[in-house]
Amino acid sequence: MIGAHPQPDSAPAPPLETPATAPPRRMTGAQICLESLLREGVDTIFGYPGGANLYLYRWLPDYPNLHHILVRHEQGAAHAADGYARSRRGAVGVCFATSGPGALNLVTGLGTAFMDSVPVIAITGQVPVSAIGTDSFQESDVIGSTMSVVKHSYLLTRVEDIAPTIKEAFHVARSGRPGPVVIDFPKDLQAAVGEFNYPEEPVRMRSFPPPPQPDPNQLREIARIIKEAKRPVILSGRGVLISGAEQELLELSHRAHIPVGWTLLGTGAFPLQDPMALQMVGFMGAGYTNKAVCDADVVIMIGMRCDDRVTTRLDSFAPRVEHLIHIDIDPAEIGKSVVPHLSVVADAKTALSRLLPMVEPKREHEWLTQIDQWKEEHPIHYVRREGFLQPQEVLEAMYSRCKDEAIVVADVGQNQIWAALWFNYAKPGLFLNSGGLGTMGYAFPASMGVKFSNPDRTVFCVTGEGGFMMNMQEMATMVENNIDVKVIILNNASLGMVRQFQDDFYDGVRSAVDLTFTPDFVKLGEAFGMKAMTTRRLEDVGPMLDEALAHKGPVLLNFDIDPDANVYPIVPLGKGMLDFVEAS
Amino acid sequence: MNPSRLVSVMVENKPGVLNRVASMIRRRGFNIDSLSVGPTEDATVSRMTIAVHVGRQAAEQATKQLAKLIDVITIDDITELRSVSHELMLIRMHAPPEQRAEILDVVTVFLGRIVDIAASSMIIEITGTTQKIDNFVELMRPYGIEELARSGAVALVRGDQAGARLGGLGLDGAAPEGSRTGAGAAGASVTADTTGDI
Repeated sequence: MIGAHPQPDSAPAPPLETPATAPPRRMTGAQICLESLLREGVDTIFGYPGGANLYLYRWLPDYPNLHHILVRHEQGAAHAADGYARSRRGAVGVCFATSGPGALNLVTGLGTAFMDSVPVIAITGQVPVSAIGTDSFQESDVIGSTMSVVKHSYLLTRVEDIAPTIKEAFHVARSGRPGPVVIDFPKDLQAAVGEFNYPEEPVRMRSFPPPPQPDPNQLREIARIIKEAKRPVILSGRGVLISGAEQELLELSHRAHIPVGWTLLGTGAFPLQDPMALQMVGFMGAGYTNKAVCDADVVIMIGMRCDDRVTTRLDSFAPRVEHLIHIDIDPAEIGKSVVPHLSVVADAKTALSRLLPMVEPKREHEWLTQIDQWKEEHPIHYVRREGFLQPQEVLEAMYSRCKDEAIVVADVGQNQIWAALWFNYAKPGLFLNSGGLGTMGYAFPASMGVKFSNPDRTVFCVTGEGGFMMNMQEMATMVENNIDVKVIILNNASLGMVRQFQDDFYDGVRSAVDLTFTPDFVKLGEAFGMKAMTTRRLEDVGPMLDEALAHKGPVLLNFDIDPDANVYPIVPLGKGMLDFVEAS
Repeated sequence: MNPSRLVSVMVENKPGVLNRVASMIRRRGFNIDSLSVGPTEDATVSRMTIAVHVGRQAAEQATKQLAKLIDVITIDDITELRSVSHELMLIRMHAPPEQRAEILDVVTVFLGRIVDIAASSMIIEITGTTQKIDNFVELMRPYGIEELARSGAVALVRGDQAGARLGGLGLDGAAPEGSRTGAGAAGASVTADTTGDI
């Protein structure tokens, strides 16, 4: 669509030719907004036009360096912007939506980004300033509707505020603990003319100070505790990945011989093949990780919230711990669920890089031997069943072809946990999912954004048939833009995770989980112009993947898997960390 | 003792800030006893004084969550600090001529003022601590309260260092647990209680 818009005679000079230091130029609010996005390094926008953002779309074709992707539903735009930001450190995802229904369709995507600390900027059209509050056509209270799922939001009311507000919004979204920010942009302001003058000086806000520096005394105390620890364990979360502290984490673990486990969102922060590696912790974590946490005398939690999926029943979490240490950039996470003995409020990379020189090298034998024994006793495993394809077999076949090169974007449910446990993530940033909000339908649109951020990597979208259908309209976007994502549907003809819960925890009554009635995904994919294949046999998996990977462009692969395949290990609802049930 | 925590919040004087603060308190499941908002000596800053009905631990979580709001500049749980916390009440009493003298006696003791008088009623203005005002209301009840309005508490920390402390505390998350409410506050200077509480 770029360049398709006819140029009126009165169009101003192409904006890009003017250097940042040139005298201010008069332009419309819409152009000021687009200019500002360029200054913030934006190159891709996922959006959907409508009555209240038409001025933005009027001028968008004048900005060929702002690549606009027309999604087919605003929720797709929010998730795509999330995937774009989540998969490239430092990047901010941008999405556009119109007022009313358009903006409200973003809410789930903003909530997803908010829970997982992903920097996303949503620019929503709004009815003219004079019409706000009158229930005019397609008006909604966007600021009010999104308040609890964004880090911050702005309602623009003056042309001269547009550029400084956009600059501040990007600063807020990407600084400290990142998060989504909404800018509500009334239509009349988009049309109003003002001077473009992008603020050069860095943003300083008295109400949003830079993250604090770690207290050296507390770091020294942590080093002392590590020195005296007998059975230490580190748990790492997404904060390690956001701050880029993977190398420091590895060094700390190796220097003091501390085994490292991780949260679902922390997957990839520590290489699985490392001898010090545990696995995911908690509700669906590895039995040996849970055993290590429950026996540990020192637990160091880094860049994580320690939510209920980590602790299982709260009183069962780390019962023998003498020193519970929590490092996180957000003071509100300290003591929210578990109250640590010692806490450091700081960015994970800053805290770990300053802690490292204080930590004395140490060799541990007894504790590591014990952990190795638990690893042997409780390996993560699955059970094959004659005549049925297991989801783990598909994931293993994927991994054997792509190793540490591919990015896996998982949806929510059984497919999410299988993808977390059955792919060897040896490098950071190769596993993405909606861990906090648990948004079904996330993976497919998010994987579009991931591909834009990582054009040279193979991108797999691992999803179930339920989650895929929640946002499958984006097949049109995928095909139109030839976005090279390999979609893996692990199709068990049911809402698998809910079905597993009903079987095991709700008296075995299966209620509203049967998805036997699903479309023929091959025909569906082909209807959108997408290469599509299906099988229920193991021997087809490899050749199908090979064909999909050889194809340049999106491919949909449907695997009819064992309908009774379950996620193991799992801690039954209401039970504690050591009550995990394993595959049998 | 008043079971609620008293939190003093300095916020950017911008539209929607009250909504953000109230919404956060609601979302985290806390109940507001009273909330007052008003301008400060700095036109760009408003002060909210919030009495929340929670224990210390929950108040700490609420304080941290509020501190994260971008428009919140500083926040202090001043419950355990030496502070002056007052509210204002306007109360319309049923006051026919034969009752007036008795009511006026009580008003005098409470350092109140008559701000309106009519044939059979009057409006009294009382300021002071929540407890003082509660006491006054109880004393007035037998005479017949027609209606009343209370402002909710506004509070300032006592002493010379209070202002410096508020400015310096910022939202420094590095402050160890408890320091947000401690930090030597107003302890050093001796201040006289001149509020005339009853």
